[in-house]
Amino acid sequence: MATVAAVIASTHHPFYYRASTSTGADRPPFADEWVAKIEAFRETLTRARPDVLVMVGSDHFHQLWLDNMPQFLVGKAPFYDANFYNEEREFGLPRMFVRGDEDLSAYLLRQGMDAGFDLAFSNELRIDHSITCPLITLRPEADLPIVPIYTNIFAPPLPQPKRFVELGRTIRQLVESWPSQARVAIIGTGHLSLELGGPRQFGPHGPDPEFDRKAVGWIASGDLGSALAEVSLDSLWLPGNATHGFMDFMLMMGVAGENVKADHVDSLDLFHTMEAYFTWYPEASV
Amino acid sequence: MSKYLLNKFLYTVDRDPDLVERYRTDPAGTVAWWEAERANVVLNLPGIERSTWLEFTGAEREALATHDYVKLFELGAHNFLTLTLFIAMFERDHDEPLGFQLEYARKLSHFSLPYPDIST
Repeated sequence: MATVAAVIASTHHPFYYRASTSTGADRPPFADEWVAKIEAFRETLTRARPDVLVMVGSDHFHQLWLDNMPQFLVGKAPFYDANFYNEEREFGLPRMFVRGDEDLSAYLLRQGMDAGFDLAFSNELRIDHSITCPLITLRPEADLPIVPIYTNIFAPPLPQPKRFVELGRTIRQLVESWPSQARVAIIGTGHLSLELGGPRQFGPHGPDPEFDRKAVGWIASGDLGSALAEVSLDSLWLPGNATHGFMDFMLMMGVAGENVKADHVDSLDLFHTMEAYFTWYPEASV
Repeated sequence: MSKYLLNKFLYTVDRDPDLVERYRTDPAGTVAWWEAERANVVLNLPGIERSTWLEFTGAEREALATHDYVKLFELGAHNFLTLTLFIAMFERDHDEPLGFQLEYARKLSHFSLPYPDIST
């Protein structure tokens, strides 16, 4: 059976690529510290020697639209083109191209449906910065096949937080039962407190540092009990109007396991939103 | 209220570089053209399979035609779609980094929680 070589959760800050590649007067003062943290984070994936990446993110109204909106979707394609014109325009992100692992996609779809998740699928999916940002930070060579999994954290009505956690648990179980010798890293990105297009946007910190502090603590300690007790679809509006992306962190907590402490925890307080990085090594905890 | 159609306008204009420029320079004309020609096009269907019923309310048409992103927020247009398109059109007019984004936040500062409902 396949091995879960690493479980990784992080924010996906679309400005990292530009900040880390800029030079001279264009280089922001926080870039060097940010790059150092990302390089340490990258090493946590490299050390796990993955063969395949399962990548959880959310389409930001790029390919998925309100006339036909899936809640949870698994990409099943041999290749994925990546990033969109408006991400080049606003964030300076490059066009990318990655291989897919159709065998693992097919397995997750079939077994996921049989486990109670009526997953949507896509045979031609262009992936956006929720998946390319972690590729850029964690595996800039983009040389490993991926299985993209999209969640709807954006277009109400949304699934309940507990459903994200349950999907994360299911993904973990399915990868561990996949008949393959591959080492699989399961990577997912979400948001801490975040405001987009509202009065609290682009402040000197995330819109709700107290939420961020608590959320980082829940993730680092695997405290799903507190996260599920305190977070609801209604409550997530309070820390910022784009904070529902925290449910992708909750999904990753489901993957990592209840009360399992992360082996690598780091964060960086930036303008607009706090960055946070977590890695678990399931093999070490067995 | 046709929040879906507001979002469809923002979404389809934002993904087309020519339309972004056209909407920046001629908002009223672009909105009138779009409502007549594009509002009823289903995005993954050929033109002959158009919808027959989509139109803006007067307030929605006016908000789009005047680049009134504060009104769009009030009407429940999706905050991400509005922000992304308006950054594309107006960030270039500000010298300071994040100048437009911070002005945008200031202009929305009279809103408190709960914000207008963005459900469609």
